[in-house]
Amino acid sequence: MPVAKVNGVETEFEPGMTVLQVAEKAGHEIPRFCYHERLSIAGNCRMCLVEVKPGPPKPQASCALPAAEGQEIFTDTPMVKKAREGVMEFLLINHPLDCPICDQGGECDLQDQAMAYGRDGSRYAENKRAVEEKNMGPTVKTFMTRCIQCTRCVRFITEVAGVPDIGMISRGESAEITTYLEKNIDSELSGNVNDLCPVGALTHRPWQYHYRPWELRKTESIDVMDALGSNVRVDARGAEVMRVLPRVHEGINEEWLSDISRYAVDGLQRQRLDRPYVRENGKLRAASWEEALGVVAAKLTAAKPEKIGVIAGDLQDAESMKAALDLFRALGSANTDCRQDGSALGHGPREGWLFNSGLQGIENADAVLIVGANPRTEAPLLNARLRKAWLTGEMEVGVIGEQVNLTFTHSWLGAGSKTLAKLPKAAMEFLTKAERPAIIVGSGALTGETGPAVLNALGALAKKVGVVADGWNGFNVLHSAASRVGGLDMGFVPGEGGLSAVEMAKKGALDVLFLLGADEIDASASKAFKVYLGSHGDRGAHGADVILPGAAYTEKPGLYVNTEGRVQMAERAVFPKGQAKEDWAILRALSALVGQTLPYDTIDALRSKLMADHPTFGRIDYRPPAASFDVASLGKKGDLGDTAFQSAVRDPYLNNPIARASVTMAELSALRTAPVAMAAE
Amino acid sequence: MSVRRLAKEQPASFAFSKATKAKADWWIAKYPAERKASAVIPILWLVQKQEGWVSEPAIRAIGELLAMPYIRVLEVATFYTMFMLEPVGSAALIQVCGTTPCMLRGANELMAVCKSRIGPKQTLSADGRFTWEEVECLGACANAPMAMINDYYFEDLTPENMAQIIDDFAAGKTPKPGSRVGRTSSEPEGGALTLTDPKLYDGSAAKPIRKLPNSEPVTA
Repeated sequence: MPVAKVNGVETEFEPGMTVLQVAEKAGHEIPRFCYHERLSIAGNCRMCLVEVKPGPPKPQASCALPAAEGQEIFTDTPMVKKAREGVMEFLLINHPLDCPICDQGGECDLQDQAMAYGRDGSRYAENKRAVEEKNMGPTVKTFMTRCIQCTRCVRFITEVAGVPDIGMISRGESAEITTYLEKNIDSELSGNVNDLCPVGALTHRPWQYHYRPWELRKTESIDVMDALGSNVRVDARGAEVMRVLPRVHEGINEEWLSDISRYAVDGLQRQRLDRPYVRENGKLRAASWEEALGVVAAKLTAAKPEKIGVIAGDLQDAESMKAALDLFRALGSANTDCRQDGSALGHGPREGWLFNSGLQGIENADAVLIVGANPRTEAPLLNARLRKAWLTGEMEVGVIGEQVNLTFTHSWLGAGSKTLAKLPKAAMEFLTKAERPAIIVGSGALTGETGPAVLNALGALAKKVGVVADGWNGFNVLHSAASRVGGLDMGFVPGEGGLSAVEMAKKGALDVLFLLGADEIDASASKAFKVYLGSHGDRGAHGADVILPGAAYTEKPGLYVNTEGRVQMAERAVFPKGQAKEDWAILRALSALVGQTLPYDTIDALRSKLMADHPTFGRIDYRPPAASFDVASLGKKGDLGDTAFQSAVRDPYLNNPIARASVTMAELSALRTAPVAMAAE
Repeated sequence: MSVRRLAKEQPASFAFSKATKAKADWWIAKYPAERKASAVIPILWLVQKQEGWVSEPAIRAIGELLAMPYIRVLEVATFYTMFMLEPVGSAALIQVCGTTPCMLRGANELMAVCKSRIGPKQTLSADGRFTWEEVECLGACANAPMAMINDYYFEDLTPENMAQIIDDFAAGKTPKPGSRVGRTSSEPEGGALTLTDPKLYDGSAAKPIRKLPNSEPVTA
């Protein structure tokens, strides 16, 4: 490896690194505004100036300068100090002194770097320039006078999000960042530009003036809005979750976060179930825990075991599902299901329901067939990854399902099962030719009566074109529910002779139906006694006879398994609302009342049991390596019929009870369904 | 330079004329198909030739023609001051150079004439026939003060002949461009003082070039 000297110390670096990267590698911080590791290099802020020998006797922008063998880099000479002071002084000529009322205050790159590298006073008495605010949609609040034209937002939206909506118009002193005629940013990743903005020009509109960063208590957690399990940090003040920001995880979300994961948190404050309710004469009335649990226990013990059942929801943690599963098995019921959508998954080897290539691994695929999924709505960050791989020119994508704009070019092969039954020749060719072909099947394609047949057909196709081979497993299931893989891993499916979720919801199937946070299934036809355990007064609670208030994902420690089979642990950020309790504790209390006391009194004991029963839960943040399995054995051979595949997520902004309670999500959803006509139209 | 904005009043639509479209296609053909966005500047210019200015519907039409996001076309159109974002006078668009040499030779007086005859700068005159603006150096400093009117340079101007030119355009005439003191391009007043030998121009002084300086010897 070539060697350069940084401040007199020899440092090895990889060919192609820039001077800035080499200096960072040697442990010297280089201030910067426009440079970002995951975006293209712009080199327009000039904050990263360093002295480099050999070279012209002037400071050089280190972010855009390739490092070379034998180069001498200086980051702390008087020339560099003076250059940084000069750049900072220029940047501050037009920057308003409104830090006390700026949302970025306290976590502002400009503030920090002005302190660290700037002069201590101003030499300017002239008026500062003022720039009008711009509309960029419900997620982005603009304050363009503060903008320093780093163009990070322009590059992110164009390169990563693939929605070239933001641009810099005009020139020189009058340059402005804007969208075309102030239209809304049409991206499900728009919130990231607020994170990227090094100053307070773009800030989070939903959280505007809600907090100061130093007031917040920060807790590491896992996102549950989609099945990717993005790593997040939950920032809370007192009992209220104020915001959710991404944490870096190269394998999952890199450092981005989708808008729903980020801005649905205001839903945690609304529509909350904060006390138990019991239905009396058709009306719900508040009750005590003893009373509510007593009613449920009486109903459960009175009913025949085959007439009770439990359906687990999409946002559940593994612990509560384990407790529910143990309880209902102890009661002798086989009616347990975590697949509200009636998916065909859950039988056979574990690989049969995982995203086997891994979210990072999918970038290595050279041909991807997407079946019945719209990654842009179901998992925006997966879509960004697919786009990233597509940009290298080494990935071809074909789609069977809805015709949608995925932000990258793909060939649309057909609408549904008919196409799958007889793949066009071109589609077969692009899969067989590929060295590492992959299939991404969305949960939308595997529901309904034809689900098992579709799964079987896909398995056969996967076997035929070599999707599963030595060291490469490209059979990928893209789930849309955060709890699904965890549920399937622990066998939260109907036992011997048990009913599936769809069957349980039918009229007369059950006497007691226990909904564990299950809001996406329509159980109104069922005349069973319904118990709802969950956090929000949503669809599930509306028809319930007893409501047991549970905790939302930010209010309980929990294990979540993402779509690639990675077990991740979330911490509790705030306590449950009112009298609400953690879900597993409610089930544990109920188990004592029905005389089937669960053998765990603490969450640690519960986790030990879970890990003992299902060893896959035993390794946190571990993704199993590509394993070969008999992919053709999946599902059941049958008639594929003629159904058009639909994405499992109809409206990404209203996909779960938390989002449905969120004002921001309602706003985004309204814009999505009925885009506001542009002024000129 | 002030902040450049799209005009408040915009036409309902824009369509490329046949001639503009033909020229646009010629430009697009110069670039590889996937890089046809490179033709954006010439096509903006063609659109301006067709309409006199660049309207918002025209920006969208160009975006669609070149498969570019609209914001990218808007970026280019707002960056270059030669693209007029407001309607301009139907008779004449007068761009008076105000940079130092012209300013020293009397550009301010020219602008005073424009102001009194037409109105405030960068504003369409009341009758819609004239617009004038101050521009940066147009590169004819030897002939200062000067102005570019429509596509031509009018040089060595005085307030009087500036007024005359405006009158001529107003009367529907087309004044002759060039120097107002009768010199050819930037020759001295009264004719050239150097390079006057007629032999320079009849070909008799021409010699074949055997070897260009600092180049490989010519072999053929």
